[in-house]
Amino acid sequence: MAPTTPSATEAGADRAEQEPAVALDGLGRAYGERIALADVTLRLPRQRTLAVFGPNGAGKTTLLRVLATLLRPHAGVVRVLGCTLPGEGWAVRGRVGLLAHEPLLYRDLTARENLRFHAALHGAPNGRVDTLLERVGLGRRADDPVRTLSRGMAQRVAICRSVLHEPELLLLDEPLANLDPGAADAVEELIGRASARARVLISHDLEQGLGGADVVLGLRAGRPALLAAAGEVTTADLRRLYT
Amino acid sequence: MSAHAPPHPPRSSAVVAALIRKDLRLELRSGEAVPAMLLFSVSTFVLFHFGLDREALEGDLASGVLWVTLLFASVLAMNRLFVAERDEGGFDGFLLAPVDRTTLFVAKAVVLLCFLVAVELVAIPAYAVLLLGPSPWQAMPELLVVLALADLGIAVVGTLVGALGIRTGAPDLIVPIITLPLMLPIVIGAAQATAPLLLEGGAEALSGRWLASLGLYDMVFALIALAVFDFLLED
Amino acid sequence: MFGRGLTSLSIAAAALVTSAFALVFFYAPNDADQGFVQKIFYLHVPLALVALAGFVAGGLYGVQFLRSGDRSYDLRSYVAIHISIIFGVGALLTGAIWAKASWGHWWVWDEPTLVAFLVVFLLYACYWPLRFSIEDPERQARYAAVFAILGGAFVPLCFLSVRFAQAAFTHPRVLDASGGSMPGAMRLTFLLSLGAIALLYMTLFKYELAAKHASIQLRRLKRRLAGDETFAAPARSAAPQHL
Repeated sequence: MAPTTPSATEAGADRAEQEPAVALDGLGRAYGERIALADVTLRLPRQRTLAVFGPNGAGKTTLLRVLATLLRPHAGVVRVLGCTLPGEGWAVRGRVGLLAHEPLLYRDLTARENLRFHAALHGAPNGRVDTLLERVGLGRRADDPVRTLSRGMAQRVAICRSVLHEPELLLLDEPLANLDPGAADAVEELIGRASARARVLISHDLEQGLGGADVVLGLRAGRPALLAAAGEVTTADLRRLYT
Repeated sequence: MSAHAPPHPPRSSAVVAALIRKDLRLELRSGEAVPAMLLFSVSTFVLFHFGLDREALEGDLASGVLWVTLLFASVLAMNRLFVAERDEGGFDGFLLAPVDRTTLFVAKAVVLLCFLVAVELVAIPAYAVLLLGPSPWQAMPELLVVLALADLGIAVVGTLVGALGIRTGAPDLIVPIITLPLMLPIVIGAAQATAPLLLEGGAEALSGRWLASLGLYDMVFALIALAVFDFLLED
Repeated sequence: MFGRGLTSLSIAAAALVTSAFALVFFYAPNDADQGFVQKIFYLHVPLALVALAGFVAGGLYGVQFLRSGDRSYDLRSYVAIHISIIFGVGALLTGAIWAKASWGHWWVWDEPTLVAFLVVFLLYACYWPLRFSIEDPERQARYAAVFAILGGAFVPLCFLSVRFAQAAFTHPRVLDASGGSMPGAMRLTFLLSLGAIALLYMTLFKYELAAKHASIQLRRLKRRLAGDETFAAPARSAAPQHL
């Protein structure tokens, strides 16, 4: 539950540097009797992007949540950033950033207050909050309640939240939804390939998702239907997943 | 962009403080819990006046009416305590942080305690005006001790039951039915301890055994809460 | 696995219950004040004691479940509490009959034990609604375990608290500190009745456990035969449906 002593963490971090960002072996997760994920096996090297595709209910969000340590795996071995889940989940938590479907923001607090709150939870400095808000172009609206922001603006605040603590692995669930092209460019540095972080990305935009990926996973009914390097997959292959 | 080292996990006390600040800010800005609890308490006093057909209560009747009302008002707060977490994704936001999960319990219990104190600051004078025969000032220090111990118990158990209920399908039903039997020892201890303080002929001494029984209850459930709270949050 | 020894246990339970009945009617003396009706105490007190023991056992199984994650402990916890509630209803009804016959009222508040038992019963009556209101089976099991632990700790606190609160006792204190103020014949009959009810509880416990386990296994097999996709999801249930 509590973090280890500094020296142990550093030794662990050295060891972890050689490990892939994500290493799954037969990951399985069930909801009662129903299978949400089964037999998912893959490796994602550091600073590479995994794009996940699949129809609704295929298990994409479940996969993301398992990697975020929000759900425990029921079967198989899950290693994220060199730590085994769920036992070492506490060691991973500060190093992973999640951008979920919901912005995870309190609607009656301002953008700045929300981010400062998350900064306090992660031990990040308040200055970083202000920098990020400027970077995504919300400097002037930062002190308005989230309730008054448009979906696109709230999404931008959520993006700030997900990178506030400099995570080594980003988990993104349709990050560019609701964003206009200008905003999409503004956040590219933070969460796109240019951010040089390992990323797992869920997208319904086949071309864009494929374009930014190094590894591609296609899920259907919780099982991997397609797993290949991005160069070997075409959008036609992906489209078949959805039929 | 990712040139900086990731920050160190924050100290638990800082996390608890941040959580409390956030909740108090939310309540001050747009909260309905404390005003609702207040209105509920005062309305209940009025109901009791008509229900019991009495103008002034004293002794164990006064004590009982006060504590039952406070208990029911606290149930209102318990239902609200985790609503923002459930509806606005606060659980996920918290669970992603590299912090001890028990900090959420401590923070929420403190917040519930604050709500209770805020309500009592107004409800008890209102009670003195509306229904109470003797003046509560005659034994105010003792009354404060009883309030402190009982409020602590309500805060601990209330937070635990609130957390238990919020992720079920029907929290507004589950929380009251579990809370009422579970808090019976608090009502017994607090009511019995308060009764001699609210006598017409002058307050009598505070009985130690009720304070001890309240203290024991508080301690046992605080320990259990700290041990099991994690299991309510994980998935 | 769960049904082993069920036959011999049932026979033993039946034998003990019969002998207890025989002793109650033919051996135990009539009480000086209360007469024949007092004999319902040989049913009432054992039912209450065994129910309370069952509640505490449910809490202990809850602890085991949280520590190990083994769902069979959750099943045991559920069955223990379930049967204790039934025995509890019996205890309250026989208590009311006894109260009516002895003191002319169906309920008296002066007896701390009966009042405390009622409060404990009211708490455990929430167990089933709590379980039913949670659809996710994993969460249902975990939350039920937390509740069982809370309840188990509550039982002694409640009895202590209520006992403190009662100034006068009219409930005959049959099991006071000196080990009982009963004459030998009554004590023997009481102990035998206690043993009989306890054995009855254990028989019912084993029986229900075996039955539930069998239906869970059956369901699992059916699902495996029919295939995941075609098999319908189970109806919402408070009982564990899946180990």
